[in-house]
Amino acid sequence: MSRQTIDYPLIFERSTKGRAAYSLPDRDVPDVAVDQLIPAGYMRQTAPALPEVSEVDLIRHYTGLSTRNHGVDTGFYPLGSCTMKYNPKRHEQAARLPGFALLHPYQPEETVQGALEMMHRLQNHLAEITGMDAVSLQPAAGAAGEWTGLMMIRAYHEQRGERRTKVIVPDSAHGTNPASAAIAGFTTITVPSDATGGVDLAALRDAVGPDTAALMLTNPSTLGLFEGQIVEIARIVHDAGGLLYYDGANANAILGYARPGDMGFDVVHLNLHKTFTTPHGGGGPGAGPVGVKAALEPFLPVPVVTQTEQGTYTLQSDRPYSIGKVKGFYGNFGILLRAYAYIRTMGPDGLKRVAQDAVLNANYLRVRLADKYMVAYDVLCKHEFVLSAKPFKVHGVRTLDIAKRLLDFGYHPPTIYFPLNVEEAMMIEPTETESKETLDAFADALLSIADEALSDPDLVKRAPHTTVIDRLDETLAARSPVLTYQASVNK
Amino acid sequence: MKTWSYLPHTEEDRAEMLQTVGLSSIDELFSDIPVAVRLGRALDLPQGVSEWSLMRELQALANRNTHVEEAISFLGAGAYHHHIPSVVDAIIGRSEFYTAYTPYQPEISQGVLQAIFEYQSLVASLLGMDVANASLYDGATALGEAAMMACSHTRRNRVLVARTVHPEHRQVLGTYARGQSVDVVQIAMEDGMVDLEALETMLGSDVAAVMVQYPNFFGGIEDIRRIADMAHAHGALLVVSAYPIALGLLESPGALGADIAVAEGQSLGNALNFGGPYLGVMAVRSDLTRKLPGRIAGQTKDREGRRGFVLTLQAREQHIRREKASSNICSNQALNALAASVYLANMGPQGLHEVAYQCLAKAHYAQERFAAAGYKRVFQSSYFNEFVLDLGDNAHEKYTELSRDGIFFGYPLGKAYEELSSHVLLAVTETTSKEQIDYVAARLEALA
Repeated sequence: MSRQTIDYPLIFERSTKGRAAYSLPDRDVPDVAVDQLIPAGYMRQTAPALPEVSEVDLIRHYTGLSTRNHGVDTGFYPLGSCTMKYNPKRHEQAARLPGFALLHPYQPEETVQGALEMMHRLQNHLAEITGMDAVSLQPAAGAAGEWTGLMMIRAYHEQRGERRTKVIVPDSAHGTNPASAAIAGFTTITVPSDATGGVDLAALRDAVGPDTAALMLTNPSTLGLFEGQIVEIARIVHDAGGLLYYDGANANAILGYARPGDMGFDVVHLNLHKTFTTPHGGGGPGAGPVGVKAALEPFLPVPVVTQTEQGTYTLQSDRPYSIGKVKGFYGNFGILLRAYAYIRTMGPDGLKRVAQDAVLNANYLRVRLADKYMVAYDVLCKHEFVLSAKPFKVHGVRTLDIAKRLLDFGYHPPTIYFPLNVEEAMMIEPTETESKETLDAFADALLSIADEALSDPDLVKRAPHTTVIDRLDETLAARSPVLTYQASVNK
Repeated sequence: MKTWSYLPHTEEDRAEMLQTVGLSSIDELFSDIPVAVRLGRALDLPQGVSEWSLMRELQALANRNTHVEEAISFLGAGAYHHHIPSVVDAIIGRSEFYTAYTPYQPEISQGVLQAIFEYQSLVASLLGMDVANASLYDGATALGEAAMMACSHTRRNRVLVARTVHPEHRQVLGTYARGQSVDVVQIAMEDGMVDLEALETMLGSDVAAVMVQYPNFFGGIEDIRRIADMAHAHGALLVVSAYPIALGLLESPGALGADIAVAEGQSLGNALNFGGPYLGVMAVRSDLTRKLPGRIAGQTKDREGRRGFVLTLQAREQHIRREKASSNICSNQALNALAASVYLANMGPQGLHEVAYQCLAKAHYAQERFAAAGYKRVFQSSYFNEFVLDLGDNAHEKYTELSRDGIFFGYPLGKAYEELSSHVLLAVTETTSKEQIDYVAARLEALA
């Protein structure tokens, strides 16, 4: 990329009245008098402000935009806790088969048996991978999975006649955990981490009580550390009558080695767009299936795909204790299909190897970077680890500057300023799909930036130098928001 | 020899890397997992397969489905089979878009950020509103989020939702409301439309929002202006869930008085995909901007004055506000929103008008033909491209017989409306041909 000399036009700025790219079927029915069919006052008075462009200009506009964007296919993307692994091309082809892409959700069930069978198999595979008894494929994303799981936990306690209003989260938790708890009607209690980055057991013992609905935990944590006290944690929460919720954001690290169900978790969500290779899509769509232990199965959202005695598959909605519906139709089917394809491709051996190489890659980078960066917890990690750029602060160089400088080397920077309990944090998750050469080149870049931070701090602070635009004024954007083209014209 | 397409390490690589880390075996990487919780066996999953075998297996599953272009489909009810221009897939298939994540680093994410900004501009104009967010999961969750937003804005705790709103969307709304202890009351219907007299008696100073669909679930064009006046007279917000294609002909929700407009955005260039992924469109009046859930892109400048785009107003969001956030959502349906943008830019004002016109004209042609075959429309209101028929005695048998002949004769309404147990909801789009309509009319005559 090189700096833009003129602003990249908006699609609206390419519009010329009278141009058109569309091609529709011929009108083959008699013409109608629109004003006789639409009530007075309900005919659109002003056409929507859509651009008028030719097909070639439309394609060039969006192709140009795509070149101003970094994806996994462009280069390394070690964004911590996001598991930016490679997205297999065979999945893209499979999801576009007309026998899947052109299915209407309300077709008669006998005409969608292949789709339902795939979903049923996926439910079973995800139950086996997580060690849970039943799975719902409904939630559209991780946060939606959290909310779904918490609504089930709420229903479970209510059915037992217990009023439990508090959800406990560690201070290293994803922001969605407390937000989802609030949307599900709970209040949140935050417990601190101990000196080793694990849950502070004494604080947990103090926090639990008769009002504890659940503990939400990511294991390995956002620090990339496996919570070795998990059995004791589960005992403390269960003894208090609470349930354990597993945030599956980091499940990539333990595939085939350990299962949330065996650790004592009662509810699990998985991010299929992380662990199971479905593309992140620039921010979505994803999918966040939820698995539960048998005691919570009655509360699963509807519908659930079940197999009848005749061997056919059906969408079962007659479930009296269900929390109801959490999404339209049956979940993000196109995403579910890609995850199914991944599990079929890898099998049990392949998935275990995924965890091995993901953990190996993270530890390799951790060791290679430990000389010049502070590792927040410099011990064996799982799929990711957290560096701190605190030592560079005296030179005026902050984590944000290092991240921006990485752009000049062609890398997507790590997750920065998260988790919140590490100062100047940089959270690095390489994933298993990166080669040793890629990791070495990335480590070399970060190490040379560390040298620059000492020898030429301004070079780092003024970065990036090679991207199409320089750092953007986020304060201006928030102070006087311009959120549409119309608003920018009227400004 | 077993190889792994997505795992680049050779055994030599692994050995060398282990040595750097100071370990002697791969299993030592997992020594921090207590033995008590380790899985001491292989996962019970089928063995992995090659690309060739995978594609044969998936094709075999796909072959066990009958898709809408192999049938004659009158299915709509919230998901519509429209023509998707080839340019849509050409763009969303570009991997710089689909393999990226949320644009956290604007300098290398201007593609997605500008695409979101353009999407917000396109849908805000289509819905006649001031501001839109970057999209939500789907139309159903957008309705749920709209209710929560209205309650937060008005500091009231009760929403009224019309029975003429999509039943699944109402169910999802119900789940959101239970979490937040919001009271949801259903507004009765009269002749397939909102019962305005009933609505008047339900309104009061505790109502946060009146929620309606336009055209409604049965295709009817509700009197949105009148409902807006009624809601506003009591200080309640009006939430309108719209069918985007219809807005090529119909007045926009904003012009009719909506405070919050939402939509299932699937019909804008997104494949049916057996129900998802789709996108939830949400747009509001400008004074509600800071109450919006989800991502929002905004225009700004770089240090040298170049125009650029960033995610903005993030003080509303979960990664900053945690439990005080306006919603727990931390993503959008970016790729689906991109498809919607490409679709709208491809259609232009003229194309959108034409597709809406064809839907209207073909639906009315079909309705007249089916009436002539003995199946008259049940409700009397004006409608856009969906209408309800009563199949009468043996309705289920008739529906099944048509289905066996490759005719998906609409959505059986008995699933959601007890009083409409022998009724079907039919949708007609530009993809339905006159020939198909004539053929089905003849089949109906033979049934009757």
